[in-house]
Amino acid sequence: MSIRPATKVTSWFGRGEVAAPTDIESAALRSDRFRLEREGDWQRLEEIVKRMEGGGLRRVDDEDLLALPTLYRTAASSLSVARETSLDAATLSYLESLVQRAWFQVYGPRKGFFAWFREFLFGGWSRAVREIWLDICIALVVMVAGAVVGWILVARDTDWYYRLVPLGLADTRVPGASREELMSTLATETDAGGLSAFAAGLFSNNAGVCILAFALGFAFGIPSLMLLIHNMAMLGAMLWLFHEAGLITEFSAWLSVHGTTELFGILLSGAAGLHIGRSMAFPGKLSVLDAAQVSGRRAAVVMVGVVLMMVIAALLEAFPRQLVDGHESRFVIGGAFLTFWLAYFFLYRPRRLYAEDAEAER
Amino acid sequence: MNTPATAYQSASATALARIDKRRRMLVTPEGIAVPVTIASRGSRLGALVLDFLIIIFSVVAFILLISFVAAGLFEEMAQAAENTISGAAEFLYICLVLFLFLARYGYFLALELGPRGATLGKRAVGIRVAARNGGRLTPEAIVARNLLRDIELFMPVIFMIIAPSGQGGSFAVAGLIWFLTFMLFPFFNKDALRAGDIIAGTWVVEAPRTKLAEAMSTQGAVAAKGKSHITGMRYEFGDEELSVYGEHELQVLERMLREAQPEALAAVHATICRKIGWDPGAGDERAFLEAFYGQLRAKLEGDMRFGVRKADKFS
Repeated sequence: MSIRPATKVTSWFGRGEVAAPTDIESAALRSDRFRLEREGDWQRLEEIVKRMEGGGLRRVDDEDLLALPTLYRTAASSLSVARETSLDAATLSYLESLVQRAWFQVYGPRKGFFAWFREFLFGGWSRAVREIWLDICIALVVMVAGAVVGWILVARDTDWYYRLVPLGLADTRVPGASREELMSTLATETDAGGLSAFAAGLFSNNAGVCILAFALGFAFGIPSLMLLIHNMAMLGAMLWLFHEAGLITEFSAWLSVHGTTELFGILLSGAAGLHIGRSMAFPGKLSVLDAAQVSGRRAAVVMVGVVLMMVIAALLEAFPRQLVDGHESRFVIGGAFLTFWLAYFFLYRPRRLYAEDAEAER
Repeated sequence: MNTPATAYQSASATALARIDKRRRMLVTPEGIAVPVTIASRGSRLGALVLDFLIIIFSVVAFILLISFVAAGLFEEMAQAAENTISGAAEFLYICLVLFLFLARYGYFLALELGPRGATLGKRAVGIRVAARNGGRLTPEAIVARNLLRDIELFMPVIFMIIAPSGQGGSFAVAGLIWFLTFMLFPFFNKDALRAGDIIAGTWVVEAPRTKLAEAMSTQGAVAAKGKSHITGMRYEFGDEELSVYGEHELQVLERMLREAQPEALAAVHATICRKIGWDPGAGDERAFLEAFYGQLRAKLEGDMRFGVRKADKFS
């Protein structure tokens, strides 16, 4: 389409003046007279929308903001009239793009990320977790079964240990290691150097596993369950190993410091993936796409929380696990976190801040 | 005969047909029908490539910046697996890990949650994310679609890169199959949805920012009611001459008048004269076409008000 005539240099930096309208009566075609009469409003709407796109609501004057819905409806009704009475392709495409842009601003995200996050922490997350309770139960059963399977497999044939636990993770914790070696892996560090780097590395790895468990829910949830079984079988194998050396209490204590948070997070992410998978396999009254959408959004809320849990688990794994000694204090820390998570998810039920969000989610 | 004018018309006709297939009508809660065009798969791929380039470039720049600022610490940091590294190197390592995490997730999340609903690559290509059912684009939807991008894109690529060399063959092939299954997803449905879009209930639409062009009535021979500036001759067309063409030809003519070269205009001039049985002159093509446009449009719009519409010259 043709370019507008050059405007003054001042308009590049400031708001600029709106160009004086051409003589409307001189326009030969009636549809063009219609357009020229309304052009000013459309350009005002375009200005407001452009400023909102540039930086959100801060840059827009109060009166412009109040005028936005009216201008948007005016533009939309001009568009429907123009479709019926005008054959000017340039005007029609301009109006369509303008109405679309204005619609995105009028119906844009109502709150920014931080307001959403606050609401998420103070009730949104727990609500989403409670909504997937059935998948949490299924995932819990699968995880316990996985650990039991791991234990039994290794008890029968120690070769299974090497298949279940990757060498890098096993380190010196292999069948045949002496009790002293195993004890030493449960010992504490003498200083805190290098631990935050360790934590950062752990966090990346754990978050990756959780996100994988969630995203695999897309394939009807089966791969998520397999991932859970695999991880828990590894845990079962190591539990057997320490049980053989008579160190199972110490190992459980050492693990529970970060394990309660980390395993809870893995449980939630597996449940989230399973939730999506189940809703796609059994959509009920909705279409498969609609069911996937509803469950996908719920599961995404849970996943944001799981990533937070992984951060906390990584910090717990790096610092207290290495610095706190004695299995009683370790059990206390682990138990405290478990109680906190359970209370937060199942007992914390604040009233919703915005009633319309409840409407929207239905 | 393959004149430039007919080539132009047939090319624009095919382009219009393809765009029509991608048009959808969103109905807003007040009942206003907002037309949207689904972004083409090629443009989405282009936006993704651009985003990747931006991310890779900024990661490399960040690493260079760090190594420039703290060269010695950088080597120490590279052996961060040991427990005895100094506090500063450790801090650098954490910064790097966090930056990589942010680059992988935060870039897409933060930009798609903003007022323009598009990352920098998408903005360059002119597309944006929207909710499929015509409602608000919620943060949960954006989070969902971005978490799935992980398994669609980042993980298979990383998988293929770090596949162990011994069994490299089968791992790389598996990674490739994984990658292709998800990358080819948009081709198997008509709304060009990838797996993340299905789960989140979004789609990617074109976000044109058209500028308002001048009204045709205020220009040239249309404003002068058919009179040419150059020769002073007034072009007037009768009803039967104007009933040859329909709305499609009118809009092609408008596009050509707004942007085409004089040679193309001359070719159109010749075609129209042949069609309506006039003797083509030379030198005054633009005024002729503007006059023809103005009168044809007045006639077609008048008919439209009575409910008679002629889509193109064949109907």
